Amino acid sequence: MAQELDTGRQATAAPAIELKGISKAFGPVQANKDISIRVMPGTIHGIIGENGAGKSTLMSILYGFYKADAGEVFINGRKTEIPDSQAAIAAGIGMVFQHFKLVQNFTVLENVILGAEDGRLLRPSLAKARGVLKQLAEEYELNVDPDALIQDLSVGHQQRVEILKALYRQADILILDEPTGVLTPAEADHLFRILDNLRREGKTIILITHKLREIMDITDTVSVMRRGEMTATVKTEGTSPEELAELMVGRKVLLRVEKKAGNPGEKVLEVEGLTVTDEAGVVRLKGIDLHVRAGEILGIAGVSGNGQSQLLQVLGGICAATGMVRVNGASIDLSGKYSDGQSRRARGIGHVPEDRQQEGLIMDFAAWENIAFGYHNDPRFGAGIFMSHAEMMADTEGKMSRFDVRPPNPRLAAKNFSGGNQQKIVVAREIERNPDLLLIGQPTRGVDIGAIEFIHEQIVRLRDEGKAILLVSVELDEIMSLSDRVAVMFDGQIMGERLPHETDERELGLLMAGIQGEPDKPVIEAVDEMMARKQAEEEAAHNG
Amino acid sequence: MDLLTIVQILDSTLRLATPLLLACLAGLFSERAGIFDIGLEGKMLAAAFFSAAVAYTSGSVWLGLLAGIAASLALSALHGLASITFRGNQLISGVAINFLAAGMTVLIAQDWFSQGGRTPSLFGGGRFEPITLPFADALANVPVLGPIYSELLSGHSILVYVALATVPLTWWILFRTRFGLRLRAVGEAPEAVDTAGVSVVGLRYAAVGICGILCGIAGSYLATGLQAGFVKDMTAGRGYIALAALIFAKWRPWYALGACLLFGLLQAVALRYQNIDLGAFEIPVQFMDALPYILTVVILAGFVGKAIPPRAGGEPYVKER
Repeated sequence: MAQELDTGRQATAAPAIELKGISKAFGPVQANKDISIRVMPGTIHGIIGENGAGKSTLMSILYGFYKADAGEVFINGRKTEIPDSQAAIAAGIGMVFQHFKLVQNFTVLENVILGAEDGRLLRPSLAKARGVLKQLAEEYELNVDPDALIQDLSVGHQQRVEILKALYRQADILILDEPTGVLTPAEADHLFRILDNLRREGKTIILITHKLREIMDITDTVSVMRRGEMTATVKTEGTSPEELAELMVGRKVLLRVEKKAGNPGEKVLEVEGLTVTDEAGVVRLKGIDLHVRAGEILGIAGVSGNGQSQLLQVLGGICAATGMVRVNGASIDLSGKYSDGQSRRARGIGHVPEDRQQEGLIMDFAAWENIAFGYHNDPRFGAGIFMSHAEMMADTEGKMSRFDVRPPNPRLAAKNFSGGNQQKIVVAREIERNPDLLLIGQPTRGVDIGAIEFIHEQIVRLRDEGKAILLVSVELDEIMSLSDRVAVMFDGQIMGERLPHETDERELGLLMAGIQGEPDKPVIEAVDEMMARKQAEEEAAHNG
Repeated sequence: MDLLTIVQILDSTLRLATPLLLACLAGLFSERAGIFDIGLEGKMLAAAFFSAAVAYTSGSVWLGLLAGIAASLALSALHGLASITFRGNQLISGVAINFLAAGMTVLIAQDWFSQGGRTPSLFGGGRFEPITLPFADALANVPVLGPIYSELLSGHSILVYVALATVPLTWWILFRTRFGLRLRAVGEAPEAVDTAGVSVVGLRYAAVGICGILCGIAGSYLATGLQAGFVKDMTAGRGYIALAALIFAKWRPWYALGACLLFGLLQAVALRYQNIDLGAFEIPVQFMDALPYILTVVILAGFVGKAIPPRAGGEPYVKER
């Protein structure tokens, strides 16, 4: 595996990667159409595109997961066949997948050497890897405890292990697929510092993302993909987020949400001392107090897993809690007989769950069935055990046309719609019931830019009609642009509330990491410290 | 109860634990690689029959052992084909193998030997004879240590010692070698192995192959060591007990030794004492005979601690994206 580096590489200035005419079809779907791209060594090249634009397919071809139907790959100017991952690794390509490929109950060291061992026995490989890791840690700020088990590491650290794996295999070309989706802003900043260091050392990096801001911040060049085709490759300096969005979607897109100043009225939702303990005995919500007024959007920011999901589930009637919740002044049952989705809807609460494929839809059922779900006892849809098929069909057709669901076919199974259209089905179902309070979780996760714009408009329209909206999102941009008020959750608590125009991402990012006030240390250290403390507490709780 | 009785019970424990231990370690290799194997029973049974049949016909127990291993390997290959190559359901494949072995062995035995589905009794070179360890006779009269050495440790067939040696060997392979690291990884996160450029399919076939060899030895021992010949259904659920022991042992080699010895002890006690008189009441022999199986159910029902199986166990590996 010790592979000779081409030392004359920089001088000759052959592209580190050159793809020529790559095509790949899955049945009738053309995932990649005649794609050509050149990435120069020592640069960070961004690839953006909507979901299903073919970014991941292209990178999977480069990493040997798929075989291209046509086209050629050149690495450092030499034509290279990549039939499998082994060949990709040998060619100096390392990949950090969106979902990490780590063995959870192995140590960091074991994960790093897996597949790149030096001999039949482990001991020498482990010793060597320990030395290499130490060196890499110093060189690139990639600090991870080599003896820690993966399952005990934070997501940010797990990602570092993935990068270390690639570097240990002497990768010169690093592909990162949506690397920041799971990171706090501070962790993302750290990642970008690492990438910057890698670039300085002459590594070539391909960054796949849908976040325009990241592209603008760190890349040297950007390629835009749309419907399997490479629509443009531009220098980052010479472009703007607006231009990139237009290239991605194929039309002008409003990146900022247009909204008038809010006009908050009465308190629709009041929450006091809400506490949730899960089956494992871990306290997920530690006494939440908040309220949402009519005509107001309260955005809940936070890194996922800090209790936002439980908050939505309690309010949506999916899980039990203690404390007090009032809707329109009347308290609701949090753990008893009337603590279910049906009773919540009867009280005027609409719920767009965070995980639309698990909780929002039944993927194998048709659109019309999904649209009736939760409201299937509506007298309009029939009486007793008989349901009115025609009525439900008409209702679905109406919603599909008003929400521009494509294709507008009520009989199509939910799983056959794109992410954005699935979300539109759920949003249509909940919004059109005219709820007093709309709970909406991750409204645009996995949704393409065009649909994001539409869903945002709908949320704002609902607010302007005087409804209360509780928005939970891990996308800080989304929270900042939609919310009238922002509350930040960390570790089951509300860390603080801010007005979007009076705060910035830095301040919210610190709150999201559980730090109140200005730290006297560099942010990243404060965050690391905080994470370590939180982990220690959790372990103590487990042991206790 | 005097020392000699205890030594004799333990001696019998060791012999009865041997097939369990071999089958348990066989399952350990397979399940650590992510292939659940409920077909241990069938593989042992097939091995028992073919080892006895070949040992009887050829007069050589070693040829019998080879035949047993080959039969078990053939069923392993079938399981591998179904669950690795064709990504079928591993439980169903395992159950099918058990039925196949149960029916096939009796059928062939009847056809070949016409003795009501059994093989003729083995004798002489057709059986694994006890081995007397050096100085066993000389030390027999030393108090305490003497009987333990000469009765308990000495005087077993070679396969008993093979089974015992397999425990540290398995541990060493799993935790000290490259192959072991990859094997454990493929049972936990095959996608990690795949992206590291190592063949998931190759590793899993290797694991299933090792499982076949060990099951083969276990079955051969049943027919040519523990007993003298094959009889219908002679494994008597040992494959399932081995699975229970595997779960009890949390998929670790040394714990597996402990678990199998425990089951062996229960069988040994049931074998020696017909009815156990506790003064106030008597424990009937049927209960003692049933005890290993009761314990199996209790363990499989999850009453004994929390056992976390290999994460990718039972799941055929399908490349995503």
